[in-house]
Amino acid sequence: MAFSRRQFVKGGVTAFTFGFAAPQAICDIAFAQGATARNLVVVYLSGGNDSLSTVIPYRDPNYTSRRPTIAIPAANVLQIGSDSSRVELGLHPRLTGLKSIFDAGRLAVIQRTGYANQSRSHFTGFDIWGTASTSNTSGTGWLGRYLDSQPMPVDPLIAWNTQRETPRPLMARLVGVPAITSPASYAFSSPNSGAEAGYERTAQTRISSHIPVDRPHLAFVNSTTQAALGTLDRVATVATYRPANVYPNNGFGQALTAVAGAMNKQIGTKVYWVQTGGFDTHATQGVNQGSYFNLMATLGDGLKAFYDDLSAQGLLSSTLVLVYSEFGRRISENGSQGTDHGAGANMMVLGGGVRGGIYGTAPNLSLDPANPTLENNAGDVKFETDFRSVYAKILDNWLGSNSVTVLGGDYRAGAPDIL
Amino acid sequence: MLEHILRRMGFGASPADLASWAGVPIDTVIDRLLNYESASTDHDAKIGGAEYVGITTSAGNPFSANTLINDARQRWLFRMIHSQRPLEEKMAMFWHNHFATAYSKLAGAVGQERATRMMDNDPSSLEGSPAGQIQVLRQFATGSFPGMLLAMAKDPAMIYWLDSQLNTRTRPQENFGREIMELFSLGIGNYTEADVYAAARVFTGFNWQLSGDRASNLTSYYTFLYRPADHDTNAKTFTFAIYPDGGKTIPARAAAAGEQDALDLILALARHPATAQRLAARLYKFFVNETSEPDPALVNAMAQSYLANNYNIKAVLRTLFQSSQFRNPANFFQRYSWPVEFVVRAIKETGWAGFSVNSALTPLTNMGQQLYEPPDVNGWATGPEWISTSSMLSRMNFSATLASNQRFNLARDAQPHRATPDRVLQYMLARFPNMGFTSTATNAMSDYLRSTAWTGTDAQLQTRVPGLTRLIVGSGEYQFN
Repeated sequence: MAFSRRQFVKGGVTAFTFGFAAPQAICDIAFAQGATARNLVVVYLSGGNDSLSTVIPYRDPNYTSRRPTIAIPAANVLQIGSDSSRVELGLHPRLTGLKSIFDAGRLAVIQRTGYANQSRSHFTGFDIWGTASTSNTSGTGWLGRYLDSQPMPVDPLIAWNTQRETPRPLMARLVGVPAITSPASYAFSSPNSGAEAGYERTAQTRISSHIPVDRPHLAFVNSTTQAALGTLDRVATVATYRPANVYPNNGFGQALTAVAGAMNKQIGTKVYWVQTGGFDTHATQGVNQGSYFNLMATLGDGLKAFYDDLSAQGLLSSTLVLVYSEFGRRISENGSQGTDHGAGANMMVLGGGVRGGIYGTAPNLSLDPANPTLENNAGDVKFETDFRSVYAKILDNWLGSNSVTVLGGDYRAGAPDIL
Repeated sequence: MLEHILRRMGFGASPADLASWAGVPIDTVIDRLLNYESASTDHDAKIGGAEYVGITTSAGNPFSANTLINDARQRWLFRMIHSQRPLEEKMAMFWHNHFATAYSKLAGAVGQERATRMMDNDPSSLEGSPAGQIQVLRQFATGSFPGMLLAMAKDPAMIYWLDSQLNTRTRPQENFGREIMELFSLGIGNYTEADVYAAARVFTGFNWQLSGDRASNLTSYYTFLYRPADHDTNAKTFTFAIYPDGGKTIPARAAAAGEQDALDLILALARHPATAQRLAARLYKFFVNETSEPDPALVNAMAQSYLANNYNIKAVLRTLFQSSQFRNPANFFQRYSWPVEFVVRAIKETGWAGFSVNSALTPLTNMGQQLYEPPDVNGWATGPEWISTSSMLSRMNFSATLASNQRFNLARDAQPHRATPDRVLQYMLARFPNMGFTSTATNAMSDYLRSTAWTGTDAQLQTRVPGLTRLIVGSGEYQFN
């Protein structure tokens, strides 16, 4: 897998290096691209979220019988009504924040998303969701292709990755996405001070300005350095952002604070990548406490703080948040009070422009091997909605892009009407 | 060539290293680096010595690399810089990425002292305690691959990392069974979901236990425990050959003999051609070139050496290091330095007197590589994926930290060349081997040295030579290995 990523760079890096605008033109471009335009925040739940514990078909008798030690009692779930097949659903008890967003009509839950013959590998699964392809999982990502479709040259801050590594979905041919884990530490230090430090920065900028066409990997590194040096000062303004409300003091909360700060400072970023991990719950998921409870606390509290912050600033209407994971988990719990790798799962979308509600139908958890809502001998949830139709909806109806071009195919059919 | 060999088979060379190897035939250099069994293991005894890189203990505590993870991290960096067996540490790093296990999950379960022991315990530190995971990987670094697979299946850190202690006859759990095939041996596409279930059942009963003097976290440690009552004694059938006669079924066995199931499966995985190819390709990319497609002839030759020599890693490495490709200048600097490779090489080439490896720990995290803390079981995303705007800032800023710390030594070394800025530049470019700068870059460096009129005074050298060091070490050209 690592190898195939390198293959990608080999094929894509040369073109990539010419995608950056010269630093001096950056502010003009950011302005021209519209600082208040719509943006997309993608939240990836790393490890394979057990979405049957996120959105719970709590009246299904097989939900309780197949999960004797980890089923959430019906009395505890946060009821959100029934889906079109009249299955009653509830959010995990710790998702009180998301419940209030749901009640405000700004959270869409899309049940049973996925694709045929779903991979149970974290890495292949992540790459399939990232490339939006089940056959070529080593190419560019769907968000990367969207960025590539923007008018050139693009502002280096058109996208913002809050992780250190560039994830597959952001891999592009023409656009390099900066990785800014912490705006405050995104700074240039020097062994010297004052004017001497300035001479160094000037020289480092000149050295990295050399983008040799005959050495694509060096060109890639130098253009990355250039993007870093060219964006330092604007990112520094984000570090000064102080939200009016309190975010959870964890990595997810800090990343969302940075995203809200970038919006507040009108950086002009269109796509943000945020992730939170620990969802590979093979053991001791717990019920009213424990690992899954804590995961829901991180997710729900973080998103609620972000939502409230944007709401207070009037930025909600320009923001769309997409939440997904690489696969759902097995329906029956394993012997370790956890769940193994599964298939279909929920996606969630929230924001000021979202038509909230429940989309798609819940799986029937009966063990009948012929059960059409399940697969793998009724072991896993079978997908109903192709995840790419959700991407298509967002690309076409939110970002004003052309999903057929970006996704390499027409996935509009069956898209939930979330926007 | 010598510098290339020392950089690839180890972590680079200090000026003194280069001097000590000067004149030794390259074949001899390679032979001594590869066959390091007779080389000294005195590296840990040097920790704290004034002539070596420093370490920093946490407030008031003695240095305790077997029970404090940050001390373990410093000890490993110290070994990378000063070990007389650089290939041993290089391979330990390779295998750490291959069998990627993260300390934090262990520490959350058993506390920092026992978790640190599990990651990298030196058995001589506590009677009865077993070698930690990385120490086991050092022992097998150039040895038997099936031996290493079995050791990892029984390694307490791996057991807890992939939930093997929960994998029992009545409640099979797939985590380790899947990863031993997907990531540790065959690679994806060479097994089915049914094989995953069967493999999970093979390892039922593999467990851990707390041993030693349990009264204290400092005197107790985890060891492997096989629990026959938890083992699934039924036959297990795979889609690929388990036995040399082509048989695909591990027979039903008494619970007491159940560990034999694991031996049978591990040997089958080790002798599978897909494993041979996958290991050969990974080693090729680690040692030869990762910026272009692997040379299929060499990869095939390495895979053949593996299969023909009882799955022995040294045989593969011998084929690799003796190949013309390994010494081909076209393959020089065709790997992205891993953050630890970048940091250790920068320290070796810049100097370390008065520098503590503790100062490298946070920068390494920011560059994306914290030792004993790979991001997931797939290891680190290597190659171009090391490079992002924030990781490049971290690399540049570490070069600034190191250059600032070594300010006076660097300035003193440059004194003989102080007559003109370009002589200083020539000296510095030779001191820090690289893929070659173009005139755009060297002009920028030359202009930097002349930012104000060149005087060549001590004061100016103490400002501009560290500044130039950060420019070179922080350059794109220097990020390649």
